[in-house]
Amino acid sequence: MSEIDIKDILRLYRDPKIARRLAFKIRDIAKDLEDVLIMHVCGTHEWTITHYGIRSLLPDNVELRAGPGCPVCITPASDIDNIIKLGMEGVVVTVYGDMSRAKGGKGMSLEEARSRGADIRIVYGIQDAFMMAQRDPNHKYVFFGVGFDTTAPATAYMVKKGVPDNLSILSSYRYVPPAVGALMMAPDLAVDGIINPGHSSTVTGMKPYKEYFDRNKKPMVFAGFEPIDVLLAIYMILKQIETKEYKMENEYTRSVTWDGNVKAMETLLEVFLLSEGYWRGFGVVDKSGFVFRNTHKYVDARYIYGLSEPRDKEDFVAGARCADVIKGKIDPVECPLYMKECTPNYPRGPPMVSIEGTCKIWADHKVTGIIKCRF
Amino acid sequence: MCLGYPGKIIDIKDHFAKVDFGDGVVRDNIIIALVDAKVGDYVIVHAGYAIQVMDEKEAMETIKLWKEYLEFVDKEVK
Repeated sequence: MSEIDIKDILRLYRDPKIARRLAFKIRDIAKDLEDVLIMHVCGTHEWTITHYGIRSLLPDNVELRAGPGCPVCITPASDIDNIIKLGMEGVVVTVYGDMSRAKGGKGMSLEEARSRGADIRIVYGIQDAFMMAQRDPNHKYVFFGVGFDTTAPATAYMVKKGVPDNLSILSSYRYVPPAVGALMMAPDLAVDGIINPGHSSTVTGMKPYKEYFDRNKKPMVFAGFEPIDVLLAIYMILKQIETKEYKMENEYTRSVTWDGNVKAMETLLEVFLLSEGYWRGFGVVDKSGFVFRNTHKYVDARYIYGLSEPRDKEDFVAGARCADVIKGKIDPVECPLYMKECTPNYPRGPPMVSIEGTCKIWADHKVTGIIKCRF
Repeated sequence: MCLGYPGKIIDIKDHFAKVDFGDGVVRDNIIIALVDAKVGDYVIVHAGYAIQVMDEKEAMETIKLWKEYLEFVDKEVK
């Protein structure tokens, strides 16, 4: 068995026969249920769901909707403005590819800033920014730290290890568990069950979710990213609703544990502390923003350059319903701009920019209407 | 950014690894300091660092569980 390649194992997680049987089970169980709204909070889950057509397998009374799980989408527009300002002032900006196309509050993206002369470089991770800064000590570099608890530990680790003097970091990192807690309480959503993000939870563990589960008991399943993972998670949630036995269940046992990656979380909290965090389109969530501790202010671009804290209410393009898509109040097709004025070639808001944005994923898969059951 | 790919560690230097993602995709300079991994392990890599060593046994176990479960369901249906 040790000779079995894990890729072969993973192939089984895409087995159409198993998927079919699960879909039957889901349909059976849903027959006796009222309308169910299941929300997930991860761009990769949305990709799996849309790519494998999982919504078309679900009965019409089971709705699956994407919540705020796209890091580019929830990054405050004021921080995009901040990093553009640094770029225009001559600081070399290092950033993930997707992030460079999202527009800030002043209607400009980093890509556009580049065309106006700013030095913007796309990186795969912070270690690339580290090496660039090290090789070029005569220029100041800044790394735009966006993403969730999944992404932030690498930055914390590099900071702990020591970064070159000419490299600073603008942290817009966000902590997912309190945001899921806020989603569960949101009166305008009325979520019946949550699929928790498998990789974020791999780092945080299931434990931090317990307080939100205890506060507001609803089915909560930690799920992986293969189609069978998602179908199984849906089934587990429906089963909990049927039996009215709500619990925190783990479907993604090959990666998620109760305690998570303790080393990563410890490193993270040694460098950052959790403070109020603004999520674009979603609002302020307490204890969800990673801010550099006083001991690490020497790498904090916000401190070094005196940048503003992202607290303001941000606007999206007039008429666009980006905020409702990000929060998970509507599906992309309900936005009047979707695939009309707003397309992947000419995105008007961050959900159409990022590969993890719900609009972009739907557009790439040519989804133009509400998906009905075809099974 | 919860995008994570499983890959096999083929070389480790200090706290950085070379990881083979299959289909000819090999990446160097992956941070592995935050997990206890060795050459030959499968790790889930996210934004340039390994977030977890993949539990192969658990992955197999889960599959066994579905199969047993689904067979049970089939019998029930008959």
